[in-house]
Amino acid sequence: MAMLDIVNLRTYFPTPDGLVKAVDEVNLQIDSAEKLGLIGETGCGKTVLGMSIIRLLMPSTRIMGRIIYKGRDLLDLNEEEMRLLRGREIAMILQNPTTSLNPVIKVGDQIAEVLRLHMGLDKEQAKSKAVEMLAATMIPEAKKRADQYPHELSGGMKERVMIAMGLAGQPSFVIADEPTKGLDAKTKAEIIKLIRDMTANRSMLMITHDLAAAGETCDRIAVMYAGELLEVAPAETILRDPCHPYTQGFVHCLPSQGLQPIPGSSPSLIDPPPGCRFHPRCPKAMDICKKEHPPMIKMNTGNFARCFLCT
Amino acid sequence: MHLIEVLDLKKHYASGFINRQYTKAIDGASFHIERGETLGLVGESGCGKTTVGRLLLRLIEPTSGNIFFDGTDITKLSRREMRILRPRMQMIFQDPESSLDPRMRIGESIAEPFRLGLQGKISSSEWREKVLELIDIVGLNPEHLNRFPYQLSGGQNQRVVLARILAINPEFIVADEPTASLDVSVQAQILRLMMDLKSEFGLTMLFISHDMEVVRHMSDRIAVMEKGRIINSLKDIC
Repeated sequence: MAMLDIVNLRTYFPTPDGLVKAVDEVNLQIDSAEKLGLIGETGCGKTVLGMSIIRLLMPSTRIMGRIIYKGRDLLDLNEEEMRLLRGREIAMILQNPTTSLNPVIKVGDQIAEVLRLHMGLDKEQAKSKAVEMLAATMIPEAKKRADQYPHELSGGMKERVMIAMGLAGQPSFVIADEPTKGLDAKTKAEIIKLIRDMTANRSMLMITHDLAAAGETCDRIAVMYAGELLEVAPAETILRDPCHPYTQGFVHCLPSQGLQPIPGSSPSLIDPPPGCRFHPRCPKAMDICKKEHPPMIKMNTGNFARCFLCT
Repeated sequence: MHLIEVLDLKKHYASGFINRQYTKAIDGASFHIERGETLGLVGESGCGKTTVGRLLLRLIEPTSGNIFFDGTDITKLSRREMRILRPRMQMIFQDPESSLDPRMRIGESIAEPFRLGLQGKISSSEWREKVLELIDIVGLNPEHLNRFPYQLSGGQNQRVVLARILAINPEFIVADEPTASLDVSVQAQILRLMMDLKSEFGLTMLFISHDMEVVRHMSDRIAVMEKGRIINSLKDIC
């Protein structure tokens, strides 16, 4: 049985301009110890999908559908039950460590806070355990670093602090949001390796627009566009042989794959295009694509795609 | 002919009052950029590549060394002389949103160089026309002109930055990780646009990035930096 089973998830934000359908009818399963990469352009709803699972969204947000984690529907839990789960069962490694870390608290104390709240350690135990966690993320001189403030650390080190913090409560499910954003090539490779090592026995949803990073870390990859999933396939097939024209376009955007941009820009999530949401930008669009919304179909390969051309 | 020639450039930062310590951010860099050429500058974060870019435009003062721009040693120029030269050299920063004035509408931002008279005296109807022309070149719509930077996406804001630079009509551009904060598909659009603009307007460019693949696409020659030094120039890598 899947560890996490997302059924028909819809996350809508009411705004003065209309209802923003950030996540629309998403179905996704993640098995125990499986790593799933969620890729897509900025604003396609990938972070909102992650935030919906851990329920860190504004109270006015409407979340519908079912998010079944280890047999329990997370959407049925009240805030207090959810609070006990966050960090302990499901943890999130937030994006942009510079803004996500508290600038006026030493990083060691920020990690220790998780340990005191979720693992029941006292102040001293938590502090020494926090140093241990930092050392596990390969930060040199962990003891000294634990006593420093976020601004004293480099971007790569801050990302390591975020990872240590996310994993401090020994969660079985980790949501990592853009963990490699803004890092240089060498640091990126180190962080990817670290995430792989430290999440070996855990399930993970890795949200990223870095296809290469997702390919190296994840078992399966889901491609998101305008609030919907367009393709779900094993990591190696999706990079080598993507079926959906959007995924193909996305792969060709990579500098190593030709740096060929997809024309146009992402559609509005208030009033998405009729038919297939990608059709205005799709080089292979047919008449049917403008009228009918393609269903997610299981292809002969066992992979899933939302396109009339994929069979 | 070399548009940019840099000789033994050094930038040291001092810290500490009693125990004075020096950080050698740039420790003797020499290179040149020919007219119409793009030089890629790669290296890990903290190696000094951004410092080089800022020194070339004299946004910061070098400790020693010479920087020749079109035959003139700009390290010897007074502030006034530098001001006159500066429209010929411009910079694209990493974060487009913070390089645009948040209180200025997009149209005003792009029109500013014309209003300041950098293109000589032109009437307001003339510069309005030029602004419309520029936003079309960078792939924006006239409807964007009345918006503020926070209402546009990162990619759209970087297009605004490019339009503003074209309004100044410089010869030399330092692009400091111009797509680092953008996702891959928008990155591809912006880099393609920069390539087109470069050939259309005959620009000379220093392209700074830590992404080897991106630099390979954008550059004619590549220089690699490590700990404040240029360790080698790779020719014909692309």
